[in-house]
Amino acid sequence: MKLPLSWLREYAPVESSVEVAEIAQRLTALKLEVESVELVGHDISGVVIARVLSIEELTEFKKPIRYCRMATEDGHELGHEGNFGVVCGATNFAVGDKVALATPGAVLPGGFEIGARKTYGKLSEGMICAADELGIGDDHSGILVLPAAAPLGADFVAYASLRDEVLDIAVTPDRGDCVSVRGVARELAIAYAVPFTDPADAGLPAHAGLGGDLGWVSSDVRAATIADPTACDRIVLRSVRGFQTGAATPLWMQVRLNRCGVRTVSLAVDVTNYLMLELGQPLHAFDNAKVTGTIEVRRGHPGERLETLDHVTRTLDPEDIVIADDSGAISLAGTMGGLSTEISDSTTDVLIEAAHFSPVGTAKMSRRHRLHSEASYRFERGVDRELPLRASAKAVAMLASLGSGTIVPGCQHAYVEVPPTRVSMAEDYPDRVAGVIYGLDTVTWRLRQLGCATEHDRATRVLTATAPSWRSDLNDPADLAEEVIRLEGYENVPVRRPRAFAGRGLTTRQRLRRAVGRGLAGAGYVEVLAAPFVSAADADALQLPPEDPRRQALALANPLSDDEPLLRTTLLPGLFRVLNRNVGRGFADAALFELGLVYLTRPGGRAVPPRLRVDRAPDFEELAALEAALPDQPLHVGLVLAGDRELPGWWGPGRHECWADAIEAARQIGEICQVKVDVRAEAQAPWHPGRCAAVFVQASDGSQQTEWLAGYAGELHPRVIQAFGLPARTSALELDMSTVLAAAERSGPVQAPVLSSYPLATQDVALIVDRAVPAADVEAALRAGAAAAGDGTLLEDVRLFDVYTGEQVGPGRKSLAYTLRFRAPDRTLTAAEVAEVRDAAVAAASERVGAELRTG
Amino acid sequence: MSGPSSNYDPVEVTPLSPDEVTRMRDEAIAAINAAADLGQLKAARIAHAGDRAPLTLANSEIGALPPQARAEAGKRVGAARGAVRQALADRTTELEAERDQQVLLTETVDVTLPWDRRPAGARHPVTMAADRLSDVFVAMGYEVAEGPEVEAEWYNFDALNFPPDHPARESQDTLFVAGPKEAGDGSGDPGHSGVVLRTHTSPVQIRAMLSRPLPLYVVSPGRCFRADALDATHSPVFHQIECLAVDEGLTMADLRGVIQAFVDAMFGEGLRTRFRPDYFPFTEPSGDVSMECHVCRGASTRAGGEPCRVCRSQGWIEIAGCGMVNPRVLIACGIDPGRYTGFAFGLGIERTLMIGHGVTDIRDTTEGDVRFSRAFGTEI
Repeated sequence: MKLPLSWLREYAPVESSVEVAEIAQRLTALKLEVESVELVGHDISGVVIARVLSIEELTEFKKPIRYCRMATEDGHELGHEGNFGVVCGATNFAVGDKVALATPGAVLPGGFEIGARKTYGKLSEGMICAADELGIGDDHSGILVLPAAAPLGADFVAYASLRDEVLDIAVTPDRGDCVSVRGVARELAIAYAVPFTDPADAGLPAHAGLGGDLGWVSSDVRAATIADPTACDRIVLRSVRGFQTGAATPLWMQVRLNRCGVRTVSLAVDVTNYLMLELGQPLHAFDNAKVTGTIEVRRGHPGERLETLDHVTRTLDPEDIVIADDSGAISLAGTMGGLSTEISDSTTDVLIEAAHFSPVGTAKMSRRHRLHSEASYRFERGVDRELPLRASAKAVAMLASLGSGTIVPGCQHAYVEVPPTRVSMAEDYPDRVAGVIYGLDTVTWRLRQLGCATEHDRATRVLTATAPSWRSDLNDPADLAEEVIRLEGYENVPVRRPRAFAGRGLTTRQRLRRAVGRGLAGAGYVEVLAAPFVSAADADALQLPPEDPRRQALALANPLSDDEPLLRTTLLPGLFRVLNRNVGRGFADAALFELGLVYLTRPGGRAVPPRLRVDRAPDFEELAALEAALPDQPLHVGLVLAGDRELPGWWGPGRHECWADAIEAARQIGEICQVKVDVRAEAQAPWHPGRCAAVFVQASDGSQQTEWLAGYAGELHPRVIQAFGLPARTSALELDMSTVLAAAERSGPVQAPVLSSYPLATQDVALIVDRAVPAADVEAALRAGAAAAGDGTLLEDVRLFDVYTGEQVGPGRKSLAYTLRFRAPDRTLTAAEVAEVRDAAVAAASERVGAELRTG
Repeated sequence: MSGPSSNYDPVEVTPLSPDEVTRMRDEAIAAINAAADLGQLKAARIAHAGDRAPLTLANSEIGALPPQARAEAGKRVGAARGAVRQALADRTTELEAERDQQVLLTETVDVTLPWDRRPAGARHPVTMAADRLSDVFVAMGYEVAEGPEVEAEWYNFDALNFPPDHPARESQDTLFVAGPKEAGDGSGDPGHSGVVLRTHTSPVQIRAMLSRPLPLYVVSPGRCFRADALDATHSPVFHQIECLAVDEGLTMADLRGVIQAFVDAMFGEGLRTRFRPDYFPFTEPSGDVSMECHVCRGASTRAGGEPCRVCRSQGWIEIAGCGMVNPRVLIACGIDPGRYTGFAFGLGIERTLMIGHGVTDIRDTTEGDVRFSRAFGTEI
């Protein structure tokens, strides 16, 4: 909100020697953050008040041009010395009018210099200024005509008080009172300990037809009633008759409105805006002649319609708050007036409405109609409910004096009694919040500065504050504490070193999550964080079957992009898009990973969570109902690989990534998390059906071994690669880390191996099996056979070192070559012992998977 | 020494004469030293120290001498053979060293050759910053608390003292999950779904207060969402980290202490912090915290100072919002505000990267360009 400092100083007379930067700092320290200070009028010079002596219409040009003789001093009239000529393109002035004249050498806003120059065949010694040329508003419809009383020859900048500093203040949403000169000036007066004059009390027209009693109700004013006290607890109507149509808004008011960023419209509207800025009370002016019958504040009727000032016809909601007359709704209360009763150039009777509407009601209404006005902005944040009588009185007084109208004595006043808010707190509560001893005197004094009435009970040491009507934000002891601490200075709160608390550090899950990230980075994968929004077409592009639960994606009601309205159920589409972006940027050899949540609809769909209260903790059932309304959000790890996993170089050729890299990553993740990983061939979208592994994790908790499916890895399906435009043979992995971590948590601590220092014995065996037999099964058979021989511990390790298919092993067959490593814990193995275990292993492979020992 | 005994054995054994032994020794040493490589040395060894070498043969003649002459001759020949062995050993060492040097020289490689065989991996700087920020609090005894990203409005707003019609709840600020179709009320108002993408990490505070024993010291990093347009400084998807302490007797002075400790740990000791009032529904009193610019330390604000890009020559950098937990929030979590007080403190993780690591465009954190993450490596 922009406010000129001169307006604030009118009610908070801070010494003129105090610089604006200092004032800005003090206000900011009081929670009125001054975002900027704009100096206005400081760059204007050489503009004086002049009188038009004569006008010569120059008719030879395409547009009307006037050549005027001007005087800036009495005695310089035509026929005398001292007057001079100025060419002007405006026509809204007459001989004898006083105007703002930029004389040669003058400077206008933006460093625009005025000189004497020849134009339209005449020497023009200056320029007659329009309002916009003086930096007041954007009116360029004609030049600025000044009142007859304007002192001839005077400096216009001083005359119009153009030189000012405009503060742009970010008012926090709790401080509705500070969306006004009144509220900010009150804070400024406290900051500088100067007397505050309340503009709501100042300049009240005690005798201007109001009889001295602001609340005097007169039947001469149109009657007003409140139908719904929850919508409005006070409405005041006052009238002005005989309002002079087309009366001009005085220059000083134009200047102030402009400094606040408000456009000049017409006197009646300008006066309501001016008082809203000064007091914070939105006012509405109706053309009284267009209003029929009595005024009522009520909720909208079903199907009711209202055309607002912005020429939009709105269908009203039964929750809307409206001002209605006998014809129906004529205004959206505290938001925007209706077109049918709008003030126009021919309005002579003005009806002023000042009311106090429900903050929640106006907030909902402006949101519902997407109509945010200066008035609704203030009502949403809270307006002083005691202002309407005074603000309306000031309004009719201004309209009468500036618009030559007559005040209709008295008012109509409907209201419901709302008791003021009383807040009780322990007298040392602010001290305990801040960690500073302020003492009762300081606390009381500070609260009174704000307008609170205070009572102190010595026996109970309880301080009770009655909040002033303009501070609807003071409801709790904490609110009072903040006020005291704020006024005493946040900077004066000491810094106390933290006392150490015995925390337990990271959980297993948190540690392992970090370890997986580091491990994958160490293995050459780059972490990315893709946005979790996906397209409805992604499920098809992933070749997901109709019943795949990953199709059950949650939708956003208001997505950022209509192309991606869904929440991801898998990390892969996001990774694919990031992969493509990197490939497009010249990084075709990419290995990416992401650790992030996916959002899975719970079986049975979702429920709408209950609206729980906040005056106590929810009970177990209520919390369970909230959780049931939320999707399951497991942590997943996804990765994609494209291009070369190893680059070619002087060492030799590169190696293109392949399905095995993705599966290897699954094993690495398992190793990091200390869980055993087992993979089995399985067809699962979006992977290549013949190059996809289901990844299982196993936890052994003592004797109990449990296995879970964690996800899939392998090469992507060619159609998926095509649909997403991925590089050929792209591989990917996606695991449910929540499952992996759960398995890790189930596993007991790692047990150290017993290291034997006896010699190693190795045996190589080549086994011929059917090509369809998984290598994992052959290895498992070898291990099982060895475990059944001797004492069952002699086989230390098995490693597959070659796979051969070809003529030598026959069609449909393959040869798998293994190195078996044997070692005993307590002795050197004999050749016979080794041969026995080897033979047992081979025999088991023969029995279980039909392996033949390859000889020769 | 006794002279030759001509009466016992008048025969003179020529090879054992001192002159002859000296000559054989010198000849052998000369041959050894003249050997240019290990092959020639081997030949010299065979010629001068082998079984048929003159000194070896001379040695076997010693037995032919009269007994009284043997000792002297034996000593003489032994000394000569010793000198030859020594020369042989010395020359062997020399020639082996030469040979080794030659071999190592031929095995020299260009150690500046690149070995960029596997492209480097990296963690995301936002993840690393979240870990590092968390660790600062973990070191102060806080525990890391987590919560869901798709969150019930009650956690995201109501329990945090956002009134039902708070502007932050509007769809222009909050991303709402669409309600179940059968529950649609036809108003088209997305607010009715009751489920949002969390707009801050504060709902984790509520979850922690409802589920953990008191006193409570937690820090919660996480991803948040707002209906903002993406530009250089705003992202609809971003990360926050918040700390929350609930205990008996906590005051704003404790809050300031934690903030100062945090700034000391993250940006170095000796930077002042500035504390100003602000407004948040979930804290009362509320404040915002700035720290002295860690780059220019205020120099940019003084006359003639170099402009500072990091603080935009303001001297201060806004880092966090904070405050004392609003007693209403404690009540909604079943905590007695008469006994317990709390404070909370939150900041944007991307913003700390912008302050501390010169990130100028927040889109770099969301696009996944490998160059961005790689620049940060695996730990920051």
